[in-house]
Amino acid sequence: MNVYADNAATTRVSKAALDSMLPCFTETYGNASSPHHIGQEAAKLLIASRKTIADLIGAEPSEIIFTSGGSEADNQALVTAANLGAKKGKKHIISTKFEHHAILHTLNKLEKEGFEVTYLDVYENGVVRLEDVEKAIRPDTALVTVMYANNEIGTIQPITEIGALCKEKGVLFHTDAVQAAGHLPINVKEQNIDMLSLSAHKFHGPKGAGVFFVRRGIPISAIIEGGAQERGKRAGTENIPAIVGMAAALQEACDNMAVNMPKVQALRDKLIDGLLKMDEVILNGDRENRLPGNVNVSVKGIEGESLLMMLDIQGICASSGSACTSGSLDPSHVLLAIGLIHEVAHGSLRLSLSEYNTEEEIDYILEKLPPIVERLRSMSPVWKRMKEVK
Amino acid sequence: MLYSEKVMDHFTNPRNVGEIENADGVGEVGNAKCGDIMKIFLKIDDGIITDVKFNTFGCGAAIATSSIATEMIMGKSIDEALKLTNKAVAEALDGLPPVKMHCSVLAEEGVRMALLDYYTKRGEEMPEECRPKCGGDCSECE
Repeated sequence: MNVYADNAATTRVSKAALDSMLPCFTETYGNASSPHHIGQEAAKLLIASRKTIADLIGAEPSEIIFTSGGSEADNQALVTAANLGAKKGKKHIISTKFEHHAILHTLNKLEKEGFEVTYLDVYENGVVRLEDVEKAIRPDTALVTVMYANNEIGTIQPITEIGALCKEKGVLFHTDAVQAAGHLPINVKEQNIDMLSLSAHKFHGPKGAGVFFVRRGIPISAIIEGGAQERGKRAGTENIPAIVGMAAALQEACDNMAVNMPKVQALRDKLIDGLLKMDEVILNGDRENRLPGNVNVSVKGIEGESLLMMLDIQGICASSGSACTSGSLDPSHVLLAIGLIHEVAHGSLRLSLSEYNTEEEIDYILEKLPPIVERLRSMSPVWKRMKEVK
Repeated sequence: MLYSEKVMDHFTNPRNVGEIENADGVGEVGNAKCGDIMKIFLKIDDGIITDVKFNTFGCGAAIATSSIATEMIMGKSIDEALKLTNKAVAEALDGLPPVKMHCSVLAEEGVRMALLDYYTKRGEEMPEECRPKCGGDCSECE
């Protein structure tokens, strides 16, 4: 049996998204900037896609900038806020310790350019506290950027409350909604979001397309210079097939959200319950306040990559925050941020589900995992030491 | 990152897993911070390694390098075992991805640490050039 349980990494493109894309390669393949009819047909698709996406997140079409994905949108949001702040002498940014690297690495760059960044604690449950955001806001704060939901442990942040707070304090608010879009409701107006990033391939759209939403009136800094596409704020011929696919995928995801959310959540809860029955397995991140499809546990005494490889042999695709899967010697910054010690962080296992997963698949995972864990533990000096101590 | 068939073979069917009671030499290398800990147990009779076992907490490459290293020193003399290099371990596995080369270093160091323990237990001095280089303390490898 093949079980794809790595939907937080990327998703399978939905049939609706794929069907919407295919004609863009062979029929409406024009450049949307061309005045001839094939170009104009592409331009029409671009306009329609922009309207669809804007409607789905409570924005205006003019507030949508198409990017290559979430990372680019995150980069542009931070650069935009930093440039605006610098003009007013505001060089302080508030973020959290467990943002995606697209945010953290851009913040590191801004720190080298003289910005000061406050990285808020996310505590053991992986949720930032509103009062901490409030305390951190200073007269020179240019931006608050907090992710909507965490990519590793799936914890949902109090975005609506932070948005209201930032509005009251007159501070720009950005949220990286890459993991949330298509899975949780988004309304940038009601949630007082000034800037937002999302990525198509996390909700059954294609890779290579994303959205940078910017509230009207905020002067945008371009990070890619060239032609006048996207009102001069993002140069480069529009990736029409991917943008069309993204709009179709988001439409489908939002239309079905009310059905998919409880369905996926039930699968998630069944999986969590089953995993926690195993000896020395802990859930990472808040149990309730998490994405419908996110399961993240630490299996004590074993290392994540070997666990993933064993699961893969059984056809199960998952991910881990162990150092070995990150290409560095350190385990995931997210797991360290919620206070896990290194051994336990190395033993993390993320299973991220979508509406394409079935109950049979959950049963299959729960059947295959325990013997694998037992086998790896039987050869683990860390596990033996743990047991001796007890 | 792709593993060779040899790595997959030793990962899925690791040789010589276990412990040796009253082993003549035990070596533990690596640390939890980097995510790989390897423990090697040796039984030595008349200067010959007559049994070797390992326990490893770590990634696929760490398990595979431990496994093949035990095979490579089984039945060998101490002098031969001391000649085991991380390069030889990696080559025996038909290569390792660059980020996993440190696992082959752990295997070499694990064997040396176990032999150091053997010398120490016998109250003998281990030849200077054969001593462990880093003791598998991964904090230096960052």
